[in-house]
Amino acid sequence: MTSTTGVASRAMAGFGKSALGRAFGSWLGKIAGGFLILLLLMAIFAPWITPFDYAAQDLMNGNTPPAWPHLLGTDRFGRDVLSRVIYGARTSLSVSATAIAISVSVGMTLGAAAGYFGGLFERVVMTVVDLTWSFPDILIALIFVAIIGPGLTSTMFAIAIAYLAQFTRLTRAQIVQLKRETFIEATINLGARPSHILLRHLLPNAIAPVIVVGMLAIGDGIVLEATLGFFGLGAQPPTPSWGAMMSSGTAQLFLSPWVIIFPGVVVAVTVVAVNLFGDELIRALDIRDRIRGA
Amino acid sequence: MLLRYIFFRALMLIPVSISISVVIFMIVHLIPGDPIDNLIRVGSSPSDRAALVVKYGLDQSIFVQYFRWVGAMFHGDFGTAIVLRRPVADLIAQNLPYSLTLGAFAFAFSSIVGIILGTISATTRSKVVQQFVRGFILLGSTVPGFWLALLMILFFAVQLQWFPVSGARGWDSLVLPVLTIGFGGVALVARVTRVALLDVRREDFVVLLHAKGLSSAAILFRHLLPHAMLPVVTILALRIGWILGGAVTVEFVFARPGLGSLLIRALGQRDYPVVQGSLLMLALAVMLGTLIGDVAQAMMDPRIREAKT
Repeated sequence: MTSTTGVASRAMAGFGKSALGRAFGSWLGKIAGGFLILLLLMAIFAPWITPFDYAAQDLMNGNTPPAWPHLLGTDRFGRDVLSRVIYGARTSLSVSATAIAISVSVGMTLGAAAGYFGGLFERVVMTVVDLTWSFPDILIALIFVAIIGPGLTSTMFAIAIAYLAQFTRLTRAQIVQLKRETFIEATINLGARPSHILLRHLLPNAIAPVIVVGMLAIGDGIVLEATLGFFGLGAQPPTPSWGAMMSSGTAQLFLSPWVIIFPGVVVAVTVVAVNLFGDELIRALDIRDRIRGA
Repeated sequence: MLLRYIFFRALMLIPVSISISVVIFMIVHLIPGDPIDNLIRVGSSPSDRAALVVKYGLDQSIFVQYFRWVGAMFHGDFGTAIVLRRPVADLIAQNLPYSLTLGAFAFAFSSIVGIILGTISATTRSKVVQQFVRGFILLGSTVPGFWLALLMILFFAVQLQWFPVSGARGWDSLVLPVLTIGFGGVALVARVTRVALLDVRREDFVVLLHAKGLSSAAILFRHLLPHAMLPVVTILALRIGWILGGAVTVEFVFARPGLGSLLIRALGQRDYPVVQGSLLMLALAVMLGTLIGDVAQAMMDPRIREAKT
């Protein structure tokens, strides 16, 4: 029997070669994808490209407007906004991507099991999942903060739970549809075990839309992380996070608006880029109907 | 038939609210440490502590505690706020009307403007208008609400001084919060309206209507829009809670009184009775909103009330 990771990586390989290339084909895909790659590189190489230490305070130069050498200005402690924005990319991307990766794996497992086995199990899973779906992500996040306490761990849990419903629904809908296909019936009649059918035949055929929706959800996760950080319930100081930066900026909203504007612009542009690129991927893979159907 | 549907749909609220109340009840028991440590004021004596243990029934089993907690809430007793030292029920009663007003206005604004915008973008031939609406939808569904709220304050309240920066005095203080929440809501509704209209337009009966010489306006208002409203109502029913969720964020930024700002402040202060009370009220609001949305949907679509009863 092939391991799950083996199947997943094979599906991803086929997924990557053609579709990614086609998504980069349009000019919109090039801009959005290019920006995301740039952001990723920024996050990875943050220590080497930041002009200043993100935590270094320089109280004499607090609240200076954008100018050389502080290209995006400084906050009230005189910390360089640009350096903090670059480091913030690390926090935002890693928290959101990790949380969504957890959410996708759990959601796919639940959805596949629900879709394949059906019955009472399916009804229970889908009722619970639909329930979480009707609750706004911020409310789910706040429940987690209440239980675990403020911090990046509860942020991650919150993101993972808040978007779990989409992946579960999407996987289940596809498995249910695929189960009716002739080739699956044939495989069942050949005597294949459920695990074989699920891992070798159903999941590989269902994985592409889930991955793309997962990519889109990373954008939502970034916004949720920033929102919690803004409330002071996410990343705690001195961890640089886009949301927390804006939160500390509200005190000087009128005096130094750049402390709020620039991190917000980065969040907004990132999420728009994620959505545009995700849209190009959906078009390239021709899976719009499969996503809408769930 | 419809009454039957409403009855069974309302019946669904019971297991749902039980499970939610259990989750919210467990918050105090799941946080690390002794629940009393989270309830007690700093500097209390051991006898105060013992009194609190008895008062909250922490010497009883967890089931007894849960039923006591729920039972007290049916009598309007939500406990006492630790930091504000006032009954939580009072705090909720004080803040709830502000949230409801904001939520209702934001919901109405999102639905009306969203449907109009979606209809325009689906019917216009102008590429510029289509691109504009597409860009608006993209921005509206992606830009973080709290950041938009800050920009609104910077531009409309500080630069132009058209509206107050914060607070909830007078009707003009509602404008910026409603616009902020509405921005996302409008984008959502506009997108669904647009897609639904484009779908319906391809149906055979629409071709027939054109063929028999009905004017485009009559087709749009008498036939296309009523059909397209179904998915719109569905998404509104499903996402009613999300619009309320937007209110949580926006209240906090505009320093408006309301359940959202009450909750976020209480979370920062670890004031757990307030956290539990306001979470429960928000959850209840979401559930009732979803119920109303589902019923509206069933009123419009006979297939739903047949299928689910």
